[in-house]
Amino acid sequence: MAMRRGDRWLGAAMFVPALLYIVGLVGVPLILAFLYSVGDVTVGSVGYRFVGLANFRSVLQSSAFRGALVHSFVFTVSAQLIVIVGANILALALRDPFRGRGLVRFLILLPWVAPISLGAIGWKWMLDSIYSVVNWGLARLHLVKPFDPPMWLGEPTLAMISVILVHAWRMLPFSTVILLAGLTAIPRDIPEAAAVDGAGFWRTHFEITLPMMKPIIAVALLFGIIFTFTDMTVVYILTRGGPYDSTHVLPSYAFFAGILGGSLAEGAAVSVFLVPILVLVAWAMLRVAHRTEVV
Amino acid sequence: MATVETRGLTKVFTEGKLGAVNDVNLLTREGEFMVFLGPSGSGKTTLLRMIAGLEEPTRGDVLIGGRVVTRLPPRERRIAMVFQSYALYPHLSVYKNIAFPLRAQRVPEPQRRPKVEWAAALLGIGELLERKPRELSGGERQRVALARAIVREPSVFLLDEPLSNLDAKLRASAREELTQFHKRIGTTTIYVTHDQVEAMAMGDRIVVLDKGVVRQVGSPREVYDDPADTFVATFLGSPPMNLIDHGDVLAGFRPEHLLPAALVEGPAVSITVRVTGVEYLGNERVLYARIQDGRFAEQRLIGRLPSIYRVEIDEGEVVRLAIPEHDLRFFAKSDGRRTAPRSLAWQ
Repeated sequence: MAMRRGDRWLGAAMFVPALLYIVGLVGVPLILAFLYSVGDVTVGSVGYRFVGLANFRSVLQSSAFRGALVHSFVFTVSAQLIVIVGANILALALRDPFRGRGLVRFLILLPWVAPISLGAIGWKWMLDSIYSVVNWGLARLHLVKPFDPPMWLGEPTLAMISVILVHAWRMLPFSTVILLAGLTAIPRDIPEAAAVDGAGFWRTHFEITLPMMKPIIAVALLFGIIFTFTDMTVVYILTRGGPYDSTHVLPSYAFFAGILGGSLAEGAAVSVFLVPILVLVAWAMLRVAHRTEVV
Repeated sequence: MATVETRGLTKVFTEGKLGAVNDVNLLTREGEFMVFLGPSGSGKTTLLRMIAGLEEPTRGDVLIGGRVVTRLPPRERRIAMVFQSYALYPHLSVYKNIAFPLRAQRVPEPQRRPKVEWAAALLGIGELLERKPRELSGGERQRVALARAIVREPSVFLLDEPLSNLDAKLRASAREELTQFHKRIGTTTIYVTHDQVEAMAMGDRIVVLDKGVVRQVGSPREVYDDPADTFVATFLGSPPMNLIDHGDVLAGFRPEHLLPAALVEGPAVSITVRVTGVEYLGNERVLYARIQDGRFAEQRLIGRLPSIYRVEIDEGEVVRLAIPEHDLRFFAKSDGRRTAPRSLAWQ
């Protein structure tokens, strides 16, 4: 159908804000990041000189970067593993009605709705080397020595574990809500049929319920991977990448190198490293979304 | 094989309210096909779910094969159930669906295959074993659900409205197939339905339920010809039994027993009615009428006249109809229960 001239103008006018928004906030920074990653930009300079892949070569040679790359994977995989298992358990526990279920659901959702920086600061206190309430509790239970408690954020391995656990704590509500939706979408008849057919809880869960939830688990997992892989809040607040760069992930390393370290080009090169990985995840996500539509 | 018994079985969902199932005492016979029949909300499905172990009774006991199973989970009751939705496992092939109960019982793989094939062959779905449930028609799904139920040779079969998802044409043939199937395997079966045609056609005995209370247990002939109360009388039969207000009793008779006086032989009660409507249904005519005069004037009646009687009856006509005396049933007006027959003076 042919549109009147006025309509076409109106349509374009309505469309422009969205376009500007995407170009301005997503497109420009992305292009800048690509340009910076192959230039010699620093925070203090105004010129731009093309340097090819020199920045990539230089970051690849830095052991801090290689560490951050490994940490990124460890961080994402472990946090997501904990989140998916935990979210499964929580979703199962919250499926059937019980007294106070609404309150419990609300409490579980809290870490997600509260600003992450606040939550992370709370954890920073709780894991503090001197005032740690966690250590106090463990000492009271005689699990650690009161005068030689674990330095949660001060030892490389413990710091990594702390960062992973806090991030998992933060992501758990999101996955729980998604999995709960998937779980309640399974008709009640089906687990009941399994019960009559002679299956116990574990068989029903692993052979019937989980396979039926596979698409929705994939969605939760892919969102979780993207959120975790691109996030630096928890690392930044809890450890600032320390001790000795042992908890740096790619986003935090890019921020430290590019913004705080002043070498914008190097920071951009680190960020661009994330792009192929995220593109892969996004592609997988769209595929899964499409598959669930078809079935 | 086994019998199923319930003793004072009661389910109260909301404290202080009338239960969904109230004090039900039933005992099936060995190999019987028993039908629970009632309108929606009559508690028939809740009763079945308590027998299956999917619902915990508030009071009372369930016995299967003489053993109290009230506290046992479903899997320890040696029952099989077919759900209204069939509840097939959507991610598993037909083969794996049917094999699931065997896997759950830890039957080793080499013994599983022949059993699955036996069950599939019995239901004529041997060709479908590699398909997924979503690739099947409604009738095929129902057969898969049945095959999954029989594969481990349960002692009791529980069927929850298994035909209600089929279209009308398929339903009639599936009904007949189910009856044949029951005859062949002879397992005690409890069948829940709200469809009186299914109940009448398939049941050895029918349990008529209303508001969680058993109104009558009997063969299809008994519940139809000798209803225990006005609920059974009006719930079974379509159109329902005519009930005429007669002092402290209600006199009831089936529409098919109300015939033109000339056609009725033997002792009969005759009445003059004004025909208010005639529906021609091919195999029969349904007459809507009001009693013309006398003490029951203006009471409504419904009659069914088989098409073999070619008597001319038109709307607005005043005709003389009669009911054979032995087809009259009497119910106490106070509680609706059957009472002794008495002679009626109609006009």
